[in-house]
Amino acid sequence: MFATEFPPLSHIVNWPGFAGTEGEWYEFNKIVLVYVFAILMIGAFFFFGSRKKALVPKGTQNLAEMAVDFIEEGIVMDTMGEPGKKYSPFLLSLFLFVWFTNIFGIIPVIQMPASARIALPMFLALLAYFVYHISGMIEHGPLKYFKHALVPPGVPAALLLLVVPIEFISKFLVQPFSHTVRLFANMLAGHILLVTFGVLTAALIGTGVLATFVGVLPLIALIFFTLFEVLVAFLQAYVFTLLTGVYINAAISHDH
Amino acid sequence: MSAIVLAQAAAESGLTDKGIAALTYGLGAIGPGIGIGYLVGQSVQAMARQPESAGMVRTTMFLGIAFVEALALIGFVVFFLAQ
Repeated sequence: MFATEFPPLSHIVNWPGFAGTEGEWYEFNKIVLVYVFAILMIGAFFFFGSRKKALVPKGTQNLAEMAVDFIEEGIVMDTMGEPGKKYSPFLLSLFLFVWFTNIFGIIPVIQMPASARIALPMFLALLAYFVYHISGMIEHGPLKYFKHALVPPGVPAALLLLVVPIEFISKFLVQPFSHTVRLFANMLAGHILLVTFGVLTAALIGTGVLATFVGVLPLIALIFFTLFEVLVAFLQAYVFTLLTGVYINAAISHDH
Repeated sequence: MSAIVLAQAAAESGLTDKGIAALTYGLGAIGPGIGIGYLVGQSVQAMARQPESAGMVRTTMFLGIAFVEALALIGFVVFFLAQ
């Protein structure tokens, strides 16, 4: 029906490198460019935000304080309470990094969320995995931590044979996997959605009077979904950080 | 076992692997769809009844959505693996 083929998945998520050797770890492509941009943006954001330290904040300082406040009040206090305050720098940098790498999915010219490649979500989820398990081990001591993590309080001894393996699989294997996939699949789905409507619009508009007329519909959808992606980019960064907070809390809290 | 039966039925009917993958993802999205709808509906009700607890309800709602949504997203990933 349409004179176009949807590009295969590898065409919309693989990018040729423009520096370094292809296939080597130091190959520099669009994804790495997004990482660098995100890091520079976070650095610049806090550099300009903390330069003056005015008592009545305005401009960048105001935004930076809002970001810190959002993490401390909205995530740390809600999930961990007072003992979680020392994790707010980690969660803040995690949140901003995920958000900035997500938002590049809609920034013109780049239009590729770096988190739509599984490497980044997997790395961040593994980082969080080590942070919460190790802080749990520091809090409880290594052996006691495994007891805390695997044996829920108040379970009859006969059921432990069933409960402990389930808890082990869910806490040590499935949890980092679902943490990864949640961010990765959301951003990949959004990216594919935008590509779909982009391809459709490009195929229809300018190929004839009727086709151009019909092609306005996917164009409207494209604009709408681009706006929707702004929301998704923020929401996924929020959810990723919130879950990290919940997992840290589960690791460091004491049973009552 | 049922996957083999499905694959055989598909080979006979001309339905491709891609078609089955898409269909299965569609089926897999039903449950999380109902779940998220119910979850958000109940949260809105809670927020309407007690607006002062809206912040807490919202955080918990997003947490719940994240867990429910994971099922649909795993289906989405499996869709690409199965093609």
